[in-house]
Amino acid sequence: MLYFIEQCLNGAQLGMLLFLLAAGLTLVFGIMDLVNLAHGSLYMLGAYFAATIAALTGSFVVAVVLALVGCLIAGMVLEVIAIRRLYGRDHLNHVLGTFGLLLFFNELVRLVWGPAGLTLPLPQPMLTAAQIIPGVYYPLYRLVMIVAALAVAALLYAMVMRTRLGMLIRAGASNREMAAALGVNIKLLYTFVFGLGAALAGFAGVMQAPILTVQIGMGENILILAFVVIIIGGIGSIRGAFVASLVVGLIDTVGRAFLPDLLHRVLSTNAAATLGPALSSMSIYMLMAAILVFRPEGLFPAASR
Amino acid sequence: MSGSFDPSLEAAPGYSFTARTAFTVALLAVLALLPAYAAWSGNAFVLTLFTRVLILALGAVSLNLIMGYGGMVSFGHAAYLGVGGYAVGILAREGVDSGFVQWPAAIAAAALYALVVGALSLRTRGVYFIMITLAFAQMIYYVAIGLDRYGGDDGLTIYRRSQFGGLLDLNNKTVFYYLCFAFLLGGIYLVARIVNSRFGLVIRGTRSNERRMHAIGFATFRYKLVCFVIAGALCGLAGALLANHTNFISPALMHWTRSGDLIVMVVLGGLGSLFGPLIGAAVFLLLEEGLSRLTEYPDLILGPLLLLVAIYAHGGIEGLLKRRSRD
Amino acid sequence: MTEPLLRIERLTRRFGGVLAADTITLDIAREEVHAVIGPNGAGKTTLIGLVAGEIAPQEGSVRFDGGDITRLPAHRRSRLGLARSFQITSLFRDFTALDNVALAVQAHRDHSFRFWRDARNEDELRKPALEALARVGLAERAGVRVERLSHGEHRQLEIAMALATQPRLLLLDEPMAGMGPEESAQMVRLLQGLKGRMTILLIEHDMEAVFALADRLTVLVYGRIIASGPPEAIRADAAVREAYLGEQGSGKGGARHG
Repeated sequence: MLYFIEQCLNGAQLGMLLFLLAAGLTLVFGIMDLVNLAHGSLYMLGAYFAATIAALTGSFVVAVVLALVGCLIAGMVLEVIAIRRLYGRDHLNHVLGTFGLLLFFNELVRLVWGPAGLTLPLPQPMLTAAQIIPGVYYPLYRLVMIVAALAVAALLYAMVMRTRLGMLIRAGASNREMAAALGVNIKLLYTFVFGLGAALAGFAGVMQAPILTVQIGMGENILILAFVVIIIGGIGSIRGAFVASLVVGLIDTVGRAFLPDLLHRVLSTNAAATLGPALSSMSIYMLMAAILVFRPEGLFPAASR
Repeated sequence: MSGSFDPSLEAAPGYSFTARTAFTVALLAVLALLPAYAAWSGNAFVLTLFTRVLILALGAVSLNLIMGYGGMVSFGHAAYLGVGGYAVGILAREGVDSGFVQWPAAIAAAALYALVVGALSLRTRGVYFIMITLAFAQMIYYVAIGLDRYGGDDGLTIYRRSQFGGLLDLNNKTVFYYLCFAFLLGGIYLVARIVNSRFGLVIRGTRSNERRMHAIGFATFRYKLVCFVIAGALCGLAGALLANHTNFISPALMHWTRSGDLIVMVVLGGLGSLFGPLIGAAVFLLLEEGLSRLTEYPDLILGPLLLLVAIYAHGGIEGLLKRRSRD
Repeated sequence: MTEPLLRIERLTRRFGGVLAADTITLDIAREEVHAVIGPNGAGKTTLIGLVAGEIAPQEGSVRFDGGDITRLPAHRRSRLGLARSFQITSLFRDFTALDNVALAVQAHRDHSFRFWRDARNEDELRKPALEALARVGLAERAGVRVERLSHGEHRQLEIAMALATQPRLLLLDEPMAGMGPEESAQMVRLLQGLKGRMTILLIEHDMEAVFALADRLTVLVYGRIIASGPPEAIRADAAVREAYLGEQGSGKGGARHG
């Protein structure tokens, strides 16, 4: 039972990570109609920035903050130099162009930091296990991750729904010509939105760095999970991304933890050993397939577009 | 409207002497004479390299059928290379060496996977479709990693190439090269006939204006699905060839970046043109080879190059040639 | 034969807060030319979409030749004999005019799972396509790519494609949209040629064309039918004059034929 709760929390944590990534992706897609395969590269840069800065300054907090700023700037620079030239083109062009960027960033990281990964050690207090309910211990840092991601989600929601900036973003999404005609600086808005997406991705990269990984190509695998989240949640919907992220995170984690066991009880040892790992990694794709059969537009499809 | 694609509607190689035709003929001549060159110069590596070009070109040809002519941007096409390759590998591991069993199995397995993926994915379009095909490719990648019995992450060595009972010795590099060349030309010819047939016109019409297709009475889904399956099957054959070529098969072949490579090949060569995929495959692989000799960090150049192609090129290399020959 | 070819009952469709079709009930008799008129935004194109099967109604039903087609998708309705033309030209731009029409012919020939033979050499497809093109006056332009044709020729091509499917009911959405006076007159002559041989549901703004062609008129305002009947009755109807004809004047400016 305790194990189950722990796995659920791990699932929630993965879900939050996915949400940060998916939110950035869906924001960029919803507003600029751009498919960005290099989103995972920004996630990777966040982790690398943080690891490097932490090693230099010795401070975890400073590393997190500076890494975020770094990603925001990197995102905006990238938008101005490269991304904006892809707007309005066919999605295939986006895929091709951002794929090139992805290859470039992987190689750049290899050049600057070498092929071996980095580590980002946690500050002492974070390493302890907190007691969340009597008898159940969970690493403090993982709790911090979940809370931090929820905070970011709330901030994002507040910003998009309640502020003038958010209004501009939503206006730009539903009718860019009109918004531009009304004097909104669309170019600047797009640069900002892209930067915001990059910062979200970078934040996710930083957060997971101490417990998961800092290495080349780390963005690719989680990017695809983020795509699955968007498909299940519905493109353009932040609420959909939130719900879907949690669902995907939980199913993937709990699935991997319990499915092999379940299979062992039902099938022969050999069959279970062969099928177990394969099936558990397939669980979320099967969920995605099911959604596609019954609700191809996703759980919360955005009304327009 | 973005229109960076310039589908060539004259599917059969034109008999008018254009730059495009000249280039294609020259390329085919080079490919036909390559083994002779390799023997004369003693450079066996070039034969290996170009065999790979031919095999991946076949994969690109199959992708071009659905992407260039059909407008279905599949970011999971490498999965069929893998399924085909694993069919051969698994059968070999279980003691079935005969190519007469392995290769049809590879084609059938790939076709089956394409049927399942297509039936689910083709209910969507645009970006959704791209992401979904990507997800399914990743899924089968993970499944392959989980197959411990067949090497898992490390891959599976194939000790004996497919046996054809004395008819063909695949261990002979020249024989294998010409076999791959024959399959490539066969594949191109098959595509040429398909795209001009009733079926092909439905596919191309769907790409052009699906709404119109419904309005005149076509149930487009079934045609797209069949096209998807044909492309998968053809790519499965390429997978079987690849497994033989490298005597090895691993999940890495199905990684989504490999699907990206295939897309690059098709776009570079020019979508919706018959020989474009071959040109694209040749350019891409030779470029990759050349860059990795030039520098230890080839993607630093290749990456931005792809970005430039995405931003500026219309219709790829073939389109470039075509525009020069058009007035 | 008194049974109407098309019977629409209480057809309703909302888009968000907008009621685009409000309990529309209408009968189209066989071989009738029935025009639907109304101000912009009245829901005329929505009506065509509902009848053609592109849009699903939230309430109501559509019956064609006695059978309920309410749940049928567009391509099935086309197979049953409904053909439509689009208000905003919707063609296969990278194909020739002949290719376009031949595809429409092909759609109504058993199945298209033929993979080998060159479809462009099939007389079975090309001949009816050429005939349809000739009927609309585009025979000499058959080999020209759509992107090179003029706007008026596009509109003609739309009709040709609809005719090529040998329909029993033609749904024409503003066939004369964007046409000059000469082209419009040509189109009117074409449609007059079809009168009596085909049932037509026509949406048009060009009042002269409407009165020249229509056996009956229906006026749609804000998704509702406010009047329906023979042209003279509609012309005289006070509510209609106020809502629509009164504001519009008597037809497209500058194109009065004496």
